[in-house]
Amino acid sequence: MTLLHTEASAPVTADPIIVVKGVDKTYGSGFQALKPIDLSIRRGEIFALLGPNGAGKTTLISIICGIVNPGNGSITVDGHDVVRDFRATRSRIGLVPQELTTDAFETVWNTASFSRGLFGLPPKPAHIEQVLRDLSLWDKRDNKILTLSGGMKRRVMIAKALAHEPNVLFLDEPTAGVDVALRRDMWNLVRRLRDSGVTIILTTHYIEEAEDMADRVGVINKGELILVEQTATLMHKLGKKELTLQLHDPLAAIPPSLSAHALALSADGSELTYTYDTQAEHTGITALLGDLAAAGIRFRDISTRQNTLEEIFVDLVRSR
Amino acid sequence: MNWYAIRAIYNFEMARTRRTLMQSIASPVLSTSLYFVVFGSAIGSRITSVEGVSYGAFIIPGLIMLSLLMQSVSNASFGIYFPKFTGTIYEIHSAPVSFVEIIAGYVGAAATKSVIVGVIILATARLFVDYHIAHPLLMAAFLLLTAITFSLFGFIIGIWADNFEKLQVIPMLVITPLTFLGVSFYSIHMLPPLWQKITLLNPVVYLVSGFRWSFYDLADVGVGASLAAITGFLVACLVTIGWIFRTGYKLKS
Repeated sequence: MTLLHTEASAPVTADPIIVVKGVDKTYGSGFQALKPIDLSIRRGEIFALLGPNGAGKTTLISIICGIVNPGNGSITVDGHDVVRDFRATRSRIGLVPQELTTDAFETVWNTASFSRGLFGLPPKPAHIEQVLRDLSLWDKRDNKILTLSGGMKRRVMIAKALAHEPNVLFLDEPTAGVDVALRRDMWNLVRRLRDSGVTIILTTHYIEEAEDMADRVGVINKGELILVEQTATLMHKLGKKELTLQLHDPLAAIPPSLSAHALALSADGSELTYTYDTQAEHTGITALLGDLAAAGIRFRDISTRQNTLEEIFVDLVRSR
Repeated sequence: MNWYAIRAIYNFEMARTRRTLMQSIASPVLSTSLYFVVFGSAIGSRITSVEGVSYGAFIIPGLIMLSLLMQSVSNASFGIYFPKFTGTIYEIHSAPVSFVEIIAGYVGAAATKSVIVGVIILATARLFVDYHIAHPLLMAAFLLLTAITFSLFGFIIGIWADNFEKLQVIPMLVITPLTFLGVSFYSIHMLPPLWQKITLLNPVVYLVSGFRWSFYDLADVGVGASLAAITGFLVACLVTIGWIFRTGYKLKS
């Protein structure tokens, strides 16, 4: 595919906040988790990192945040090197890891205040209060974390990550195991944060959300960044559409006169599906409809469907 | 230097101590009282005095040292092991702190707690026997230095341990025997000549001897040797911790 690597190898964007250059990682066991990665994250964007389990998403995030030592290559955050100048980079970053790891016996208020201090900031109760209110945790502020539900614990971890007012927020699978209502709240929060100028990098398995939320999408597979693209452009470029015709009378087979078209007949013969490329010069719909009419095929209903990012993603990963 | 981070870690650890007050404070006081009843009263009544000091008073420095070593090692090792175990250590790694702040917070809190326990035992001992302290400042210095050094040692154990058994094995199998055989309850002069020499290989002897000297001017080895021993161990622990953080040993992959 020609579009692969177009963005990844493109010149650095006007105002990147994170620049990853040639970063790889091989663990002590000899497992190469990341092949050399080049990536720049734009200031103020929502960037979604997609990939199957074990693709290297968490390793990449962990290296940027300082939890895993980098192999070769360099990473800068706001122009500061993450190794040499780790105080400057880490104080700008908030991290919400995938696992729900909390200090069970601490209260919500104390754990958020602890995080703020740990990141080198003087106490500011008004900010902690605002964060807890935004996350609907204010009523639970004096509760011990172990008394909270899983969804609340997830929000506590977000509160901890926001306690030091970071410019960059990493959300590693923020909606894993979170119910629909809470997920919607969480995405609203992410949008509000982005509106306030925070750059957000997230990984998710809910691909439709990346499609909804993210400005750009990166696909990582087996430690390799195989694609970085504007979400809309990606949908546009790779987006195939399906036209489904519900037939008035079932067909036993596709008539020979229609064999020129990319048609598929459902098992019971009641539906014809036509797949076409939205980017093509001619979609072929007019010709198809003409040929259908000539063949005397009548239909009850017509519907079209756009390929989802998930399908694009599965295609990409398979083609490797 | 990230002072707010040191304060955050220190306060977090001290809050943990307050949550487990019975275990942290009451249990060492109870066990020390038992030692006084058994060794001080029951056995001590037959020994009467060691080099001019009543047996009950003689064992006070050793008893405090025993608790100080055990408490320092277990506080500090548990303090750093637990976040590793639960996974909350991710936050420490992702924070703008160097190992200096991490050590100052965790080891500072562990040492504080052991010093508190030491002082409480000293006060409890007053209920059983009369004693005096010949060199109060040096006594305090020994107390502090030992608490810090063994908290550092405990911190290393906490990083090295990857299960709860390993966390217990050094305190149980190394620290306890060394302390009991480390002249806590007797003078080295009470031993046969060969055992006197062997005992001198036990580092705890130097700690207890120096600490007892600060009470009664009574030492099994020179005070200089005691200070040198504790300082040497302190430096060894610091070097090991420096290496741990440089290489990420058992902390970062």
